[in-house]
Amino acid sequence: MANAEVFQVRTVEAPQLPAPVSTSGVIGWMRLNLFSSIGNTILTVVGILIAYSLLAPLIQFALIDAVWVGEDRTACLAQDGGHIGACWAYVGDYLPQFIYGRYPTEEIWRVNVVYALFALLLVPMMIPAVPFKGTNALLLLVVFPIVAYFLLTGLVIGDEEILPIVETAQWGGLLVTLVIAVTGITASLPLGVAFALGRRSKMPIIKFVSVVFIEFWRGVPLITVLFMSSVMLPLFLPEGVTFDKLLRVLVGVTLFSAAYMAEVVRGGLQAIPKGQYEGAMALGLRFWPMMYLIILPQALKLVIPGIVNTFIGLFKDTTLVLIVGMFDLLGQIQSSFSDPTWSTPVQGHTGYLFAALVFWVFCFSMSRYSIFIENKLHTGHKR
Amino acid sequence: MSSETQDAAVKPARASLMNDPQVRGLFYQVLLVLVLVFLGWQIVSNTMANLERQNIASGFGFMENTAGFGIIQALVDYSETSSYGQALLVGFFNTLLVAVIGIFLATIIGFVVGIARLSNNWVISKIAYCYIELVRNIPLLLQIFFWYFAVLRAVPGKRDKWSFLFDTFHLNIAGLRGPKPVFEPGSGAIGYAVIAAIIGMVVLSRWARKRQEATGRQFPVFWSSLGLLIGLPMLAYLLTGMPMHFDLPIFNETGPVFSRGFELGTGFNVIPEFLALTLALAIYTASFIAEIVRAGIQAVSHGQTEAASALGIRPGHTLRLVVIPQAMRVIIPPLTSQYLNLTKNSSLAVAIAFPDLVSVGGTVLNQTGQAIEIIGIWMAVYLSLSLLTSSFMNWYNQRMALVER
Repeated sequence: MANAEVFQVRTVEAPQLPAPVSTSGVIGWMRLNLFSSIGNTILTVVGILIAYSLLAPLIQFALIDAVWVGEDRTACLAQDGGHIGACWAYVGDYLPQFIYGRYPTEEIWRVNVVYALFALLLVPMMIPAVPFKGTNALLLLVVFPIVAYFLLTGLVIGDEEILPIVETAQWGGLLVTLVIAVTGITASLPLGVAFALGRRSKMPIIKFVSVVFIEFWRGVPLITVLFMSSVMLPLFLPEGVTFDKLLRVLVGVTLFSAAYMAEVVRGGLQAIPKGQYEGAMALGLRFWPMMYLIILPQALKLVIPGIVNTFIGLFKDTTLVLIVGMFDLLGQIQSSFSDPTWSTPVQGHTGYLFAALVFWVFCFSMSRYSIFIENKLHTGHKR
Repeated sequence: MSSETQDAAVKPARASLMNDPQVRGLFYQVLLVLVLVFLGWQIVSNTMANLERQNIASGFGFMENTAGFGIIQALVDYSETSSYGQALLVGFFNTLLVAVIGIFLATIIGFVVGIARLSNNWVISKIAYCYIELVRNIPLLLQIFFWYFAVLRAVPGKRDKWSFLFDTFHLNIAGLRGPKPVFEPGSGAIGYAVIAAIIGMVVLSRWARKRQEATGRQFPVFWSSLGLLIGLPMLAYLLTGMPMHFDLPIFNETGPVFSRGFELGTGFNVIPEFLALTLALAIYTASFIAEIVRAGIQAVSHGQTEAASALGIRPGHTLRLVVIPQAMRVIIPPLTSQYLNLTKNSSLAVAIAFPDLVSVGGTVLNQTGQAIEIIGIWMAVYLSLSLLTSSFMNWYNQRMALVER
């Protein structure tokens, strides 16, 4: 074979080269995700322009031009025509009011104790790995509300004032927001379960009543419910019986969210296979033991994300109580605008920005938590 | 209980009457009815007593009385001498207007953002993500306040304006002003032309579909429909001797200070309360619709898109002809509840005094003290709106549903 020498056998392995620069690393990523075609490039540029034109003024207002310290409005006024940014000094000055409302200053420790207790009980409840969930739930849902009630409103035994009475008219700010949202959701959960079971009941009258209740509350806006509870409820009661204004609102909010909760729970009940019911009945369990031991634990666990979403909706909707003359966080901020000490052109913007920030942090973290639980519950059978 | 003892021989498991599910069910239901009747009776008798003590006459007689307050935006005839009933009707139409325009805008924004959220373009998808997460985690009331107090109060005052779109639209503290179409006698032909164009569009699209199914040839339905919709009224307008013109708003820049600004009654004015409410509602609801649209599109299996591109269908057509029609089945039920939410949330108008049903009703309530009647009207109206919308959407959903064997 004369031309055998033309063939070459490589005895040394060639060095591995990195992927071409144009398809890997930052440039490759940009080519794939930002500039893959002419249309995409235009979209990218327009998107960046939009983002810049929205973000730049916000950062300028909220951070760069902001006034962080000051005694009164003069600190937040524009000097010789310069830019004016957010007046955080005003928020700092008003912070106690935004958190506690007009709660007496010497009694504020009681609110703090309630906040701390709530956090102490809620955090282990929310972490799936922490044991003693049953005890924890009992403490959070039964013991804590009683303790919080006496701590917040006051405690009088006989003639002795152990904790001075604080009228609910003095409550305000985040305290009212949290009281309404947490009470509303805690009280509406058992009601919602009851109506969900009623809606799936085989007894026609019970089913009918549940359907009417649920569809009625879901069909009307919360505003009309609040008007109803503040204007109409006193008319329904016998003469001489009066209700606290906050309590009236709580009744309305609870009934309203119970209807939504019932629909969420119904979703969970529908997701439980029929075999579970049949199995429970085969074991000789009656209706309530079957529900309590077999069905509800599974159904409620399934709908934790739905319950959290209902809570987020309720938390946002608590702002509506300002329309019936109560001061939740937004109402407290709104009412602080009338104070001449801090009256500047940027006061409103700063207040709203602060309110938006607080609500956003609460709602966003809750929605993240709901997604986290959803992923945890879906392990195994998620495609 | 002689029958009971006789039965016991056949069914020995029967111990007591309370263990019979049917008897027990009947007992519980009778109990429930009794409790409800008792509660209802208590409420009615207490209310009657309370109303009598406060000297409030119940009933809807007050609807005939003169209202005596002005309303800043009325779609039907209204003046201060009109009746309370007329005022409530004005409020109802304003609620409908906000709901319809809000739903229209929210659907468009929601679909655009939802599709943008799934874009391959990183910047676009992240902007959509930020929009959704920002907007839906902030209370709607706060957003309405933001648009009303922070944005629409920051625009120029009455004696000044911002103009855009080639000087046809102007924004100042009194609202958005634009050209107003004025119809003169004989302009009815234009309306008929619009109706004829819509009928023509329906006929055309049916014919085009039939022809495509029979021969496979396509017909440019979209462009010819657009041509019909613009062309026919235009033709009618020209043939009848141009009986319509646009009344431009007149702005006085010079002259005495108090007469500067827009002349009263010129052009078309949208009040800032309406702008703020509709914008806030549309933007807030759109963030929820966007998530629904995203979930719906993701629910369509990827094989469908792959099959479409294997058939050589272009990406735009794939989205429009393959993905969206299948995604709609997942999207429609939650979309309905968002529409209902928007309609119910329009009652937040009361916070910025836009005269919707709740806002006008609140004024009437304060003047007459007829709390039960007013709240009854509110609830009845919103309930029937909810039922109407959901029954319409159920009908639409059934039409779109997958026809299975």
